[in-house]
Amino acid sequence: MSVRQEIATPAEADAALRAAIRQREREAFRNRWLLLAPAVGLIGCVGLLPLALTMIYSFLEPGTYGGVTWSFSTGAYEQFLFDRDLFDETILTFNPSYVIIFARSIFLALVATVGTLIVGYPTAYFIATRPRESRNLWLFLITLPFWTNLLIRTYAMLLIIRDEGLVNALLMGVGVVNQPVGILYTDFAVFLGLIYSFLPFMVLPVYASLEKLDFRLVEAAYDLYATRWRVLRRVVIPATRPGIIAGCILVFIPGLGAYITPELLGGGKKLMIGNMIALQFGTARNWPFGSAAALILMAMVVLMLFVVMRRSGRQMSHG
Amino acid sequence: MAKRKGRPFDLKSQPGFTQIAWGCVVFLYAPILVLIAFSFNANRSVVRWTEFSFDWYVAAFQNEGIRNAAIVSLKVATSATLVATTFATMAALATTRTAPFRGQGVAFGIINQPLMVPEIVTAVVTLSFFALVKQITGLTGIGYLILAHTVFCIPFAYMPIRARLEDMNLTLEQAAADLYATPFRIFRRVTLPLMAPGILAGAMLAFVVSLDDVIITLMISGPGETTLPIYIFGQIRRGITPEINAVSTVLLGVSVLLVSSFFLIGRKKA
Repeated sequence: MSVRQEIATPAEADAALRAAIRQREREAFRNRWLLLAPAVGLIGCVGLLPLALTMIYSFLEPGTYGGVTWSFSTGAYEQFLFDRDLFDETILTFNPSYVIIFARSIFLALVATVGTLIVGYPTAYFIATRPRESRNLWLFLITLPFWTNLLIRTYAMLLIIRDEGLVNALLMGVGVVNQPVGILYTDFAVFLGLIYSFLPFMVLPVYASLEKLDFRLVEAAYDLYATRWRVLRRVVIPATRPGIIAGCILVFIPGLGAYITPELLGGGKKLMIGNMIALQFGTARNWPFGSAAALILMAMVVLMLFVVMRRSGRQMSHG
Repeated sequence: MAKRKGRPFDLKSQPGFTQIAWGCVVFLYAPILVLIAFSFNANRSVVRWTEFSFDWYVAAFQNEGIRNAAIVSLKVATSATLVATTFATMAALATTRTAPFRGQGVAFGIINQPLMVPEIVTAVVTLSFFALVKQITGLTGIGYLILAHTVFCIPFAYMPIRARLEDMNLTLEQAAADLYATPFRIFRRVTLPLMAPGILAGAMLAFVVSLDDVIITLMISGPGETTLPIYIFGQIRRGITPEINAVSTVLLGVSVLLVSSFFLIGRKKA
């Protein structure tokens, strides 16, 4: 021990210290990954690995009783566009029904996104302009439904828009109509259900960016004789664009993959992508086609996120 | 202009926004309130109100299918919550209060992966994977369902725990270390008590998310593994009964209770 101290030159001591620091850093790094291992490992095994498996499945042939047979085929992807002739397998005829389902889903999700924006933006604005104490209460009121069961909320929606439900009872009571309006099992019901399900996803991010808005800008605009509408359109909305974009993504993505809403409110007849995928793993027993559809949905989501992130990234570096 | 006479010009207000906000709240809560109201209706009809009663709650409680489903739900949610919260706590300790390290972004991305994939995709992908595992190993049981729930509970448990840790500074731990506490003792006596509200909040969210899950459970649950939401889903598709309103109300009540406590815990700052 003491010998070492005697021969240590400043340079040697320095090197020893550096080695010790490196050693500690290595240990800290290792410890961190040991702590991360269970969560990352579990999600990797049960969340990510199956995605890779699905990719393989989409290139296989369907088994007779569900599952797959292990022979390579691109049939699942062809099925999106074409029908195979019953007698001659080489003849393909164009079949738009799956393309229509995708288009319908995109359309419904888009309309629902616009709908939530139209009612969600003013709501978020209203909340952001409340005094601090009541703001928290309002946010709680808006967030609470998000944490309650989506199935039960959709069921509650079904209860009031049925032919015998509250909405029709009110309409007939007031005398607007003398026969129940058929709302349930229409596209409009799905649209209502999607707005109902995902409204909090729009309000919260928009609120987050409105809360940071500098109202001196609004004051300045009024001083320059701007009208209320002009202030909103030229000052408030541009300043809260990131929140609007985030809200739209948060509504559009789950809307696109919605399952419960079209199943219950659309009556399962008017399919969206989500129901179509579930069907392939259920009664249709075509796992490869279901896998391909799931991957296409996933690819659409990833692509959209990628485009939005790149655009907002570029905007930030420019601004 | 004459209309606004006597009222000072409010910079922040926009015409109609107040009404829309109130409309939103009515829109969000009216259907739920109707459901709750009719769960207390004496009549079998889910249309006309007759008289107040607890009949449907009694009926639901005596229904064996509902009781079994409730037990499965509690079993799955409790197991998934325990495992997910433990793993999330470890992960949160590893990813906060330190300088960024190599691979941190990747780890963060993986932990949040269940939130980014559409639920229906997760459901069918997990179904395919479990089918293959079952084929190879021959193992069956409720373990698969618990495993799937644990995966999507982890990010929900992780978020509040991480937020709590980020609010905590290192001074107390440093003081403990100055007083010659061992690293384990520091963790046990300082870090853990300080982060406990975050852990509790994370566990509550994980529990609520697991208890309410429909799509993933629907795809992968085997026979005898019917959870409450799956039972409700099956019943709704068959026809509407007031019994379902009663069960739904109870399930709503549990979620509201847990989430309200979550908000209350969150209010106490570190």
